[in-house]
Amino acid sequence: MAEEPDGEGHRPSPDALLEAARREGRGRLKLFLGAAPGVGKTYEMLETGRARLAAGIDVVIGVVETHGRAETEALVAPFETVPRRQIPYRGQMLGEMDLDAILARRPELVLVDELAHTNAPGSRHPKRYMDVEELLAAGIDIYSTLNIQHVESLNDVVAQITRVRIRETVPDSVLDAADDIEVVDLSPADLIQRLHEGKIYLPRTAKRAIDHFFSPGNLTALRELALRRTAQRVDQQLLSHMQSHAIPGPWAAGERVLVCVSEDPRAQALVRYAKRLADRLRAPFVALHIETARTRLLGEAAGARIADALRLAEHLGGEAVTLPGGGRRIADDVLAYARRQNVNHIVIGKSVRSRLFEILHGSVVHDLVRRAGTISVHVIAGEAIDAAAAPQPAPPSQQTARRPGPYLAAAAAAVGAVALAIGKLIEPLVGAGSVDLVFLLGVVLVASYGGLWPALFATAVSLLAYNFFFLPPTWTFTIADPTNVAALVVFTIVTFLVANLAARARAEAVVARSRAAATEALYSFSRKLAAVGTIDDVLWATAYQIASMLDMRVVLLLAEDGDFAVRAGYPPEDQLDEADIAAAKWAFANNQPAGRGADTLPGARRFFMPLSTGRGPIGAVGIDGDEKGGPLLTPDQRRLLDALAGQAALAIERVFLAEDVERSRRDAEADRLRQALLSSISHDLRTPLAAILGAVGTLRGYGTGLDAATRDELLATTEAEAERLNRFINNLLDMTRLEAGAIRPATVPTDPDEIVGSLAERVAGVVSGHRFVVDVAPRLPMVAVDPVLIEQALFNLVDNAAKYAPAGTTITLSARREGDTVALAVLDEGPGLGAEELERVFDKFYRVEKGDSVRAGTGLGLSISRGFVEAMGGSLSAAPRPDRSGLAFTIRLPAGAGERP
Amino acid sequence: MNAGRVLVVDDEPPIRRLLKAGLGTQGYEVIEAADGAAARAAMAAERPDGVILDLGLPDIGGEALLEGWRRAGITVPILILSSRTGEAGIVKALDAGADDYVTKPFGIDELVARLRVALRHRVQAEGAPPLFRTGGLSVDLVRRIVRLDEAEIHLSPKEYEILALLVRHAGKVITHQQLMKAVWGGAIDAQQLRVYVRQLRQKLKDDPARPVYIRTETGVGYRLREAD
Repeated sequence: MAEEPDGEGHRPSPDALLEAARREGRGRLKLFLGAAPGVGKTYEMLETGRARLAAGIDVVIGVVETHGRAETEALVAPFETVPRRQIPYRGQMLGEMDLDAILARRPELVLVDELAHTNAPGSRHPKRYMDVEELLAAGIDIYSTLNIQHVESLNDVVAQITRVRIRETVPDSVLDAADDIEVVDLSPADLIQRLHEGKIYLPRTAKRAIDHFFSPGNLTALRELALRRTAQRVDQQLLSHMQSHAIPGPWAAGERVLVCVSEDPRAQALVRYAKRLADRLRAPFVALHIETARTRLLGEAAGARIADALRLAEHLGGEAVTLPGGGRRIADDVLAYARRQNVNHIVIGKSVRSRLFEILHGSVVHDLVRRAGTISVHVIAGEAIDAAAAPQPAPPSQQTARRPGPYLAAAAAAVGAVALAIGKLIEPLVGAGSVDLVFLLGVVLVASYGGLWPALFATAVSLLAYNFFFLPPTWTFTIADPTNVAALVVFTIVTFLVANLAARARAEAVVARSRAAATEALYSFSRKLAAVGTIDDVLWATAYQIASMLDMRVVLLLAEDGDFAVRAGYPPEDQLDEADIAAAKWAFANNQPAGRGADTLPGARRFFMPLSTGRGPIGAVGIDGDEKGGPLLTPDQRRLLDALAGQAALAIERVFLAEDVERSRRDAEADRLRQALLSSISHDLRTPLAAILGAVGTLRGYGTGLDAATRDELLATTEAEAERLNRFINNLLDMTRLEAGAIRPATVPTDPDEIVGSLAERVAGVVSGHRFVVDVAPRLPMVAVDPVLIEQALFNLVDNAAKYAPAGTTITLSARREGDTVALAVLDEGPGLGAEELERVFDKFYRVEKGDSVRAGTGLGLSISRGFVEAMGGSLSAAPRPDRSGLAFTIRLPAGAGERP
Repeated sequence: MNAGRVLVVDDEPPIRRLLKAGLGTQGYEVIEAADGAAARAAMAAERPDGVILDLGLPDIGGEALLEGWRRAGITVPILILSSRTGEAGIVKALDAGADDYVTKPFGIDELVARLRVALRHRVQAEGAPPLFRTGGLSVDLVRRIVRLDEAEIHLSPKEYEILALLVRHAGKVITHQQLMKAVWGGAIDAQQLRVYVRQLRQKLKDDPARPVYIRTETGVGYRLREAD
């Protein structure tokens, strides 16, 4: 509700604007509303549909009940009818509207009869209006029909008028959200006429009921109801329009309605009344339930009634709130909330308790009326939903689950006995009159620890004991002195009251503790989630937490890379049956709950809720309990599940984001290396090319002017640089192959001598500036290597040594046996490396990173050697020489078996 | 001096130029062909004494050309050029009938040497001189006597077979496959072959770390030193 600022420019109400925006992309719903069956709604719908069809709109029939009447069938004929979906139910085949077929067909307009119809079990949604909702969300326009008695908030009123309670209802929100309502009106007289002419289809019901329903009084009342409701809606539309266009008008002055919900069977009627009141006042409404120790002790049925009433409130567009009792009177809690929320109307049911009860426990209604101050209190008589469940005041101390166990009784008796003993001891000191305080103490103790029933039992025991043992004449139950009788009575009353108080205090403490435990659990859960690092941990922690807090079985599903599967469960579970999977997928895709107890696919075993973050749904959580049938969760538990799911979704998103960040970082790092590589390659290719081109250019240009020695030198340079270029290109190719995983060593048993021999020849040019020594031990076993790869690996090692060892020093190529490996090593007498660098030399581009421009290009060789060696199952490592300065690069290969055939 | 006519088949003009110049200095007359089709035409028309064939031709694979010629009964020596050692293509080509190979980039002298050997072998047809001499090694193929530095050495039958084959193709490369087929009649365990070769080398006092007689052609096979 917008409250316009004084005199200033008018702003359109944000709610109205949001509403307008939401409608973009949605289909338009036109409802043909009638007061009673037979007014001609279906006829009107078909007629209007035909006009649209003639205008060229793509109109199909979703479902229309012709009831076998020729007239209706004639009207249906020109349309394309989407065939119904046959659902088996109790041995029969029921035909329901085929939602998927219509969605696939994607017409512009669909005609759907009987909006309030209930679908057969096995359909995606339990109610047809939910099917229609899905079609509208897909952008398809709908025409539909509805009788006024199907409207939820009018259910009671209609029942009162017609004495028939309609079970199939449509929530008011559907009516309010409809884009267009056309009232199909027929005067009661005409309608009765049609009835007599047999033109109205009615199920075979007792004639009496029909006659009563179609009485003029009834029909008039229904007609008025229909018209009035439509007028109210028109009013609302006008208001919306004015609000969204910021037209100043008489806004409601910010009223709010509160309805008190208890275990009273009339709670639902109260909620509906509150809704009607709220509508009249154009105000929002809240359903409030105060949870006290007493209500916690009520039976399952009562708890379900409260939950149903709260759910109904949400259904009708209001808020449902449950607050813990503050230990004061209920009325005080209600008023405190009401004042906080600026409520100015409270709806409460008339008390049905007995006078005695009211005296003992107080009357909420009474307190409310007295203390409401400026808040209006509406005290409603209301009617129970079910006549059979007549409002029965639940006895205050009905503890269905807490019958006093024998142990408690024995303990109470024991306490009584102890009190007795103490009393007897101190009797000489204080006199019999004061001993009762000892019993009182005993009863208080029992009440604090045992609860109400044991305390009452202790009271009785104390009473008898006191009488028997202390009041003269002792050892009898008679009492001589009248004052003692009075004392005894007073004692009894006091004890009883104290027991009551203590027990209640204890009960409240229990409630408070359990609430605190729940909050603590939520808090520790959120802390746990914050600390956890991987998706699986998050999922497991979540599953466990939900399972233990709700006492249900949990499965968690995540959508990753297009695959939607169970990722965690408590107890561990990875298989879901088809119905469950369908419900989970639907919940995820539509970001709404689905499954058992929800509006969609209620046939599934589990209840699914989507896990969603700001970016959209990322998965679903499914829960399963042991109760058969009916919804699994109370609104309270639903809220808890929402909280847990929300936290889990955030934690999951956080982990995903962290992974994204890590991936980006790795990509950036890979990018950087790529850049470094490109610049290094560019340098290493151009340097020898420059030398070659330079030398050759000089020879061509000035050849005649140069002496033979210089010419020879230039030619030698050309040759050497070309060879260098060749080696570098080979390295690049090897590196590419290694990176692509394309190295497939063709290993054959090879003689190390041979390897060394063919290598020695190949490196002749490279080691020309050094002394090259070959040191091969005799009778070395064969090794399983790819001769080409091992030769290249060794070549790179020698090449590397030649680059770093000063000219003239010795480079040694050795082959030795070390236990069951053969070690091929290249040793130099160069400057060596520091300890930390011994591993890092094998990194690609190690040279590049150091920015060493002296020997660019060698960065690849060692890494290639290692890559080749490891591909053949060996190892390559660097170590300082033990005997002198310099490095030893050693390839170790497993020795092959067999030296002799 | 005309050492013979050589058909050079390579799609890269610089390579053809280089070979023409290099072989020309050695007295060979060079005929050029830039692709498989031209090569076939030249083979039919010019009847060269030897062929230098690049494996990476644009229209027909070098091997296909090779196989075609050999099947047609053309026995001229063929040297193949390939991009890198260890390419399976080299072994395949050798097994298909090529005489020897050179990898790019190559030294012209190495190529010329191998060409010369290949030509000589063909000229002598299959008849190797009964007495083969290279360095300190002499092999009498008729009487099956092997001498190293004038002292007779004893070889096992298989070792002799291997040596004899190498001798008959001295200077040319023999693939592992060819060895296995000639000596054992079919494929054997690769390990076995190496063991035999190693033993042979030991008997010839040929240090594999510094081989004089039997050279390892990595990934391809072995080559015996040319006759003196």
